[in-house]
Amino acid sequence: MSAVVTARGVAKDFPSGDGTIRVLHGIDLSVRSGEMLLLVGPSGCGKTTLISILAGILSATEGAIEVLGQDVRHLKPPAAARFRRETVGFIFQQYNLLPSLTAAENAAIPLVIRGERLDRAARKARVVLDGLGMGAHADKLPKHLSGGQMQRVAIARALVHDPPFIVCDEPTAALDAASGHEAMRQLRESAVRPGRAVVVVTHDPRVYGFADRIARMEDGRIVELAEDAAAIRRMTEH
Amino acid sequence: MIRIALRMLTGDTAKYVGLVCGVAFAVMLMAQQASIFVGLMLRTAAQVIDVVDADLWVMDPRVIYVEEIEPLPESALWRVRGVAGVDWATPFFKGLTVARAPDGRLQQVFVLGVDDASLAGGPPVMLQGSVEDLRRPGAIVIDRVGALFIWPGEEPAPGKVLEMADRRATVVGIAEASAPFTTFPVIYTRYAEALRFAPPPRKPLSYILVRAQAGEDIDALAERISAETGLLALRWQDFAWRTIRYYLTRTGIPINFGITVALGFIVGAAVVGQTFMIFVLENLRQFGALKAMGVSNGTLLRMVLAQAGAVAAIGYGLGIGLAAVFFEVTGRFNVDLRGFFLPWWVAAIVAFAVVLIILVASVFSIRKALTLDPAVVFK
Repeated sequence: MSAVVTARGVAKDFPSGDGTIRVLHGIDLSVRSGEMLLLVGPSGCGKTTLISILAGILSATEGAIEVLGQDVRHLKPPAAARFRRETVGFIFQQYNLLPSLTAAENAAIPLVIRGERLDRAARKARVVLDGLGMGAHADKLPKHLSGGQMQRVAIARALVHDPPFIVCDEPTAALDAASGHEAMRQLRESAVRPGRAVVVVTHDPRVYGFADRIARMEDGRIVELAEDAAAIRRMTEH
Repeated sequence: MIRIALRMLTGDTAKYVGLVCGVAFAVMLMAQQASIFVGLMLRTAAQVIDVVDADLWVMDPRVIYVEEIEPLPESALWRVRGVAGVDWATPFFKGLTVARAPDGRLQQVFVLGVDDASLAGGPPVMLQGSVEDLRRPGAIVIDRVGALFIWPGEEPAPGKVLEMADRRATVVGIAEASAPFTTFPVIYTRYAEALRFAPPPRKPLSYILVRAQAGEDIDALAERISAETGLLALRWQDFAWRTIRYYLTRTGIPINFGITVALGFIVGAAVVGQTFMIFVLENLRQFGALKAMGVSNGTLLRMVLAQAGAVAAIGYGLGIGLAAVFFEVTGRFNVDLRGFFLPWWVAAIVAFAVVLIILVASVFSIRKALTLDPAVVFK
């Protein structure tokens, strides 16, 4: 399988007092087409920084990042915004749905950002919501949805513009075990397909079973890569 | 994205209403107070503005506003009539006296004496009767609201009588006159009658009204009158401004109204600025999510400006509407407040002030949104 995302020697420094602090140390990682890769590790190990860099939100201090052959590291802010708009789907831990928009309108936002009219985009988003079993809730405001339902709207929002790269930040952190499991199942079923890479940041070992591969991070480094079912099982049990 | 921005704005009903009401309140306060100030200033020059048939007012050069009369000798009238380019020049008397109604009610009134022959300087709008009726002995025309002050509860009508300086005056007509600054009734009569109703000091002539010959340059004529007679000749607009300037510089009125208008601006800016800032801050995470999903800074700027613009437009519409309703209602039901109105240019200046308020209110919010790190959504 070809790599959708490739990171080589990625390092990231943040300012700290008079100097800087390095939070990522020479990360080498590729995410292949049609796979779901989980980034796991303790809080503060650099998982979120790494997906922010892969998604073009933060720029790396060192190293090279390519998404579908495009150099992401050296993008200027407008080009980075265009890259995210066209290439990346996002699922946030807190969902970040706009409270005044319906589920369908929320799911339609990436299409609106790309220039479609809100009503037309919402019609397309309904189809995606239907696929996630949310058709009956398409006209509801977020305040009338449960956590699991809001996460499914967030998944629909990440899928609606059919991006080749999806990043998820702790998608089950705000959900109970059953809802979290269901959200991961739907993410796996709907998002993972040839031509697309999905990276999920989590420290919930109950969802490790949904991964094709798992990269475990500690102190800004990838310290372990589970690449087959047996290795994933071992990591889950550990 | 603009539609989404507006939905974000209206989604939080309490803040949206608060923002719109803040702007509406500021607009109403500024428009209403500024308009009343303009109305009051126009009232100071009401009797100058109401004389519609003269091109120039001629007066003693020491006169600095219309109420401060420095009487002229009657010979001044002949000197003015002798200036080339003068079509006609007539005497104009302005005095104050006390009118006594048949029931004993006393009321201070303005007495305006117009030329006996031509009646030039007479009331601008007759509601009942005719200006020509002033030729009758003891005849007066009174302004509609003044009649209500002297005969409260009675419909203004010709035929009523009153006394001034122990002389009987008969109302022969009702006129519409601009409200004077002091709101005293305005009584028009012939010059000769005016001298009896409001006995003047030694020299009786308050002003001389001049009409220029056709095609005459009025400014040149004014200069010629001044040069040849030593008197001051002013267009009515210049005399009205001279009077208004007196009140602007010699009274506390502009400071008082200025403070209220400034307060409207400051309170409006503070309330709207703070509420809008809180609104944007509370939506920062949403803006961050949009930015992460690829919304450019330019689009974000347009979204915040659209929200601010919508608040400004709706708040302005409401506020200016309320101010207009205030003047419409008070003008109709309260004679003391007649003549106050909302000038279009006050509405335009207030619109400019609202744009300033909204820009001040938006600038910090916009800065916050534009410098927002999209990575905030992962924190």
